Order: sequence, then structure tokens, then C-alpha cells
Amino acid sequence: MSTAIQYPNVSEFDELLGGDRPVLVDFWAEWCMPCRMLAPVIEQLGERYAGRLAVAKVDIDKHPELAQRYGIQSIPTVILFDKGRAVNTMIGLRPLDAYTREIDALLG
Amino acid sequence: MSERTDILIVGGGPAGLSAAVNAVARGKTVRVLSGEHTILTRAEAIDNYLGLYHLSGPELMRRFEEHAAAMGVVPEKGRVSNLLPFDGAFMANFSGEIVQAGAVILATGAAKARAVPGESELLGRGVSYCATCDGMLYRGKRAVVWGLAPDAPQEANFLHGIGVEVSYLARGERPAELDPGIPFYSGRVQSVQAAGAKDGADEAGVKAGGVLASVSPSPGGEAAEEALFLPADAVFILRAAIAPAALIDGLEMQDGFVKVDRWMQTNIPGLFAAGDCTGAPLQIANAVGDGLIAAQQAAKYLDRQGGGGPLSG
Repeated sequence: MSTAIQYPNVSEFDELLGGDRPVLVDFWAEWCMPCRMLAPVIEQLGERYAGRLAVAKVDIDKHPELAQRYGIQSIPTVILFDKGRAVNTMIGLRPLDAYTREIDALLG
Repeated sequence: MSERTDILIVGGGPAGLSAAVNAVARGKTVRVLSGEHTILTRAEAIDNYLGLYHLSGPELMRRFEEHAAAMGVVPEKGRVSNLLPFDGAFMANFSGEIVQAGAVILATGAAKARAVPGESELLGRGVSYCATCDGMLYRGKRAVVWGLAPDAPQEANFLHGIGVEVSYLARGERPAELDPGIPFYSGRVQSVQAAGAKDGADEAGVKAGGVLASVSPSPGGEAAEEALFLPADAVFILRAAIAPAALIDGLEMQDGFVKVDRWMQTNIPGLFAAGDCTGAPLQIANAVGDGLIAAQQAAKYLDRQGGGGPLSG
């Protein structure tokens, strides 16, 4: 498991969002096959943007309150946060470059 | 995760099997993943396939399968629900198994069912094609399952089992295997409706609120179909095959068909398409020819990936 990825609980999550870096969050669950397919993509994002972007995974079974807070209705859902605000919600499986496009646009 | 295969073929009809046979002939390993039926098995007689005059659809299909089997290709039955390019290869979700391949050929046939109004807009916002993927998110909530595939009743039973309030909608009589605790409606979905748009709700907040259905009060009877609104937080639309555009993000389509060039390449590198899913003429001879080209080009693509050989048409 890559150390570039964080697995925050609810209070750590809020802390992460309040930090100075943008945050990419992958909402997922153990039983979700497409989420497992996305895992290596998320890992690669964590490595590629290390230091510039926080990359986190939230297991919606362990933290249902976070899933509810962001209205997750299908997983995987990946949300890009800037200054604590959700600026981009990407539902479903996307290829790597679909995420890097959005991240690069945000990081400038 | 299983071992990587060279070429993954989605669809076991004439285009898929032709691709498989030709890929094997070029020394590539293949896996053919296919749904239950190919439309060819419903054709009464085929008079325009050269050299095999007036064979029935099932007989021709039997010969195709026999030919493929003689070359070591046996289609695996199941549903491919997701496809993702990653790191110069592909991952596919095949009935709960992650299959890896160097190249993929889509040979899914002509999707006869176009999306119903509201379906694409609300996909991922209450509309789902996969009960086992998204079911857990709707425990204790209402869901409509529209069964268009042979295994749809089992998926409805799964949802019922994990505590989703399921209603089941399908043509004809109530399926025998459907759990007795699930209400059944004979009919079809006309449209998926968004939940009452509240003021201030932005686009991201839009979600499914139910389906408008046409139902028969007595299946098989004379009574006219009636419009019925079924409120639901989730709408599971379970077709035998998932439309190519829903299978993989960013796939370019044209008039409802997969857009390909002369070499059956889609806009996604390493992804090819063949047969009816690429458009007219929807004929066996065309599908078989497409399958040949797609297999040859997929093999070339892999050779270039691996050995850096010369680029050629």
C-alpha cells in the first residue's frame, strides 16, 4: 500500500480539508468492483502529485456520515476539494488523464 | 486478479468469434466474454452469407462456435460492466472478476434498447446498471429494478436480501425465481424522473426520484397499459449487455454506434470495435470482416507496444 494515500477518519478528514493543499478524495467500499479497478489509478495520482495535493480514500461503510455529507449515491465517486470546498465531483470510473486534467487545472 | 490476456473480446457473436479466431491465428491469447444470447440465434434463415446458403441462425451460430472451439476459444458467459484503460493496458469488470488485457475488441452487437429519457442524465445519481455495485448505498430505501436480462431477478433478490425496498418491473409474467416478498409490475420504464427540483438545488444535487412506467393490469390480458409513477431513490436498469458508451468513459460515438476508423480503431488507443456495434450494414459478412480487421490491428498494436516495431496500416 502506497504511503502517498491517506485513510482519514472523520476528524482527520475535516483537518485535511482545512489544510493548505487541495484534496482529492476517493469514496469507495470493499464490495465495489469498479472501486477496486480504480485503486491503482488513485495510487498513481497520490505518487504523481505528492506534496502538492493530498490524496485520500474514504470507505463509505466505515464513515457513512462522510458519504451522506457529500451526497454519495454511486461509487466510486471522486471529489476534488479546494480550500475545504468541493470544486469537482467525478462519478464513476474515469481514466487517469480525466483526473489529471482536473487536478492540473486546479493546481495551475 | 487473473493473469493478463493479450486480447479481450467483449461479445460472442459473429464479429467477436471472427476476431477471436484471427487473434489466435496471429499467436495471441484471447478471452471472449459474452452475454447469454446473440441476436443471430433468432434468425430463421440466412441467404446472403457466401458459401453457406440458407442456413438457420442457430445452425450458423453453432458452426461459428464449433470453429472457435476447434481453435481453443470458448466464450465465457457473463456481463462486462466496466472497462478502464490503465498503464498501457485494460481492466474489465466481468461478473465480479477483474480481467486484464493488453487490447480490447468491442463486439457487443447493436444495442436495441436506447437509453430511456432521464436515464443518462441520472446515471450515478440514482440510476445504476449494477445491483451488486451500488445496492449497499440504498439499504432501507426504495428501488425499482427494471429487468431486461435473464439474471435480473437474481439481482433483485440480492437487493431485497440486503434490505432494499425493491419493486420489480419487467415484460410479461412474474418471473418464478423472483422473491415472493418483491412486488411485481408487468410493463416497462418510460422515463426516469428526477426528484422534485427544490429551489436552490444545483445541478450536482439532482437525483432520481422515481420512474414513470407503462404497466399492464393483467399480464398477457387484453387490458390497455396504464401509466404509473413508482417513487424510488434508485433505479436499477439491468440489460443483457451494457451499451458501449456506458462501459468505458470517453468513448466516441456516432449516431448511437461506436465510432471507428478504417482499421476498426476507436478514439481510445488499444480499444477496437467490430460488427453491429459500429453501425450498418448489420450483416454477418460485415461483422466477420470487421472481426478480422480488428483482430489483426489489435495484434499489431500489441506488437508495437511490446517490441517497438514499425508503425504500419
